[in-house]
Amino acid sequence: MGEVRNTSGREAVRVEVTGSEVGFATTKFDALLGWARKWSLFQYPFVTACCGMEFMSLNGPRFDGLARFGAEAPRFSPRQADLLWVVGTISQKQAPALKRIYEQMCDPKYVVAFGTCASSGGFYDNYATTPGIDKIIPVDVYIPGCPPRPEAVIDALNLLQDKIARGDRTPGVVKPREDIVERQLVTLRKSATDLDYGPQRRSGEPPITLGRTSDPKEGER
Amino acid sequence: MSAVVVERVKAQFGSKVVETTSFRGDESIVVEPAAYYQVAKFLRDDPACDMSMFIDITAVDYPSRDARFELVLNLYSLHKAHRVRLKTRLFEAEQGEVADATRPTTVPTVSTLWAGANWFEREVWDMFGLKFEGHPDLRRLLLYEEFEGHPLRKDYSADKTQPLMPYRSGPDVLGKQRPFLGDEGMPFGRKDWAPRDASWSDDSLGDPEDAPPPDGTAPV
Repeated sequence: MGEVRNTSGREAVRVEVTGSEVGFATTKFDALLGWARKWSLFQYPFVTACCGMEFMSLNGPRFDGLARFGAEAPRFSPRQADLLWVVGTISQKQAPALKRIYEQMCDPKYVVAFGTCASSGGFYDNYATTPGIDKIIPVDVYIPGCPPRPEAVIDALNLLQDKIARGDRTPGVVKPREDIVERQLVTLRKSATDLDYGPQRRSGEPPITLGRTSDPKEGER
Repeated sequence: MSAVVVERVKAQFGSKVVETTSFRGDESIVVEPAAYYQVAKFLRDDPACDMSMFIDITAVDYPSRDARFELVLNLYSLHKAHRVRLKTRLFEAEQGEVADATRPTTVPTVSTLWAGANWFEREVWDMFGLKFEGHPDLRRLLLYEEFEGHPLRKDYSADKTQPLMPYRSGPDVLGKQRPFLGDEGMPFGRKDWAPRDASWSDDSLGDPEDAPPPDGTAPV
């Protein structure tokens, strides 16, 4: 027997076995239930697009990404499943079908948005496509990528398992996005102004600036 | 190879042929809408043409033209292995307007000639709103019945959506930003196309970089 760790920050629990057959375990019921749930996910793959190829690769022998984590058996009836994988683009026309599938699943149920299209609509920013399945059903974990690497999916599954273990049922929230290039430019501009460009400084010109600057005085110390 | 076909059509229909173009063996024939069905039937039945296979039918929207839509029919001969593109120009059907023979808005269906044209004509109806007279079942093919308008028309706004399912309104939905902002990802801009405006050009849209940020703050 191994250790059952409660990741919610509450008191950790431990399962101990002494001797060969005799033993006792102390735990909280919620922790035990969460531990049991997270290792016995029954998945319903709602595969609509090219991400499905990557979903197959995930389940292939190289990664074996779901069976290793207790989600081996797919159930092609939502009534028998508790984990809904939405793999691929969901069109506006498909949205009612997805909603109905979700409503047929029994509690507790979890949803993973596999890939950019399921998460946000991706580059299908048009009349036909639902801009993210969270407009229709709550999503627990989003996986970015077009398609995502199997490692990313395994990471997402681990995140979901953590979430299940601590009994967290709140929908996932994507952080407000940040322009990485813009942030790097700000950093570079700052370091550029910190450097001493001798001839330029002697002639009174501002040093080299990168990207846009709103304030012409920004280059001066 | 297909030049034979063009010559046959020209000889048969004469003035009904508006123009023909040829580019590296790629033959196109533009005919008047009134002759469209007869030309299509001729292309199928004439032994020298023998267009036995229907490839595709689609349409193009030219908002600056008076005859706004161009219907494009692609045909192939299985036995003679040549292709031809048959086009015809149609006007937009205005609501409540009396049918004007000089401004044709519809053509007869060719699904009676090639059964495969059935769904393709439904798609053209779905995307462009062009009707086909005598079509057995002219319903939307890809979109849903509740959809209003025809999305591949240039005056259908690029960011207009008509969700079939009402969107949820939870904190995980309302706090999220759209995947694209402003003009991102769209080289032609997220603006309504101004139809029939001859002054329109790519330059007149302006550079989105020049526009101030929507919240009024200057970039750092």
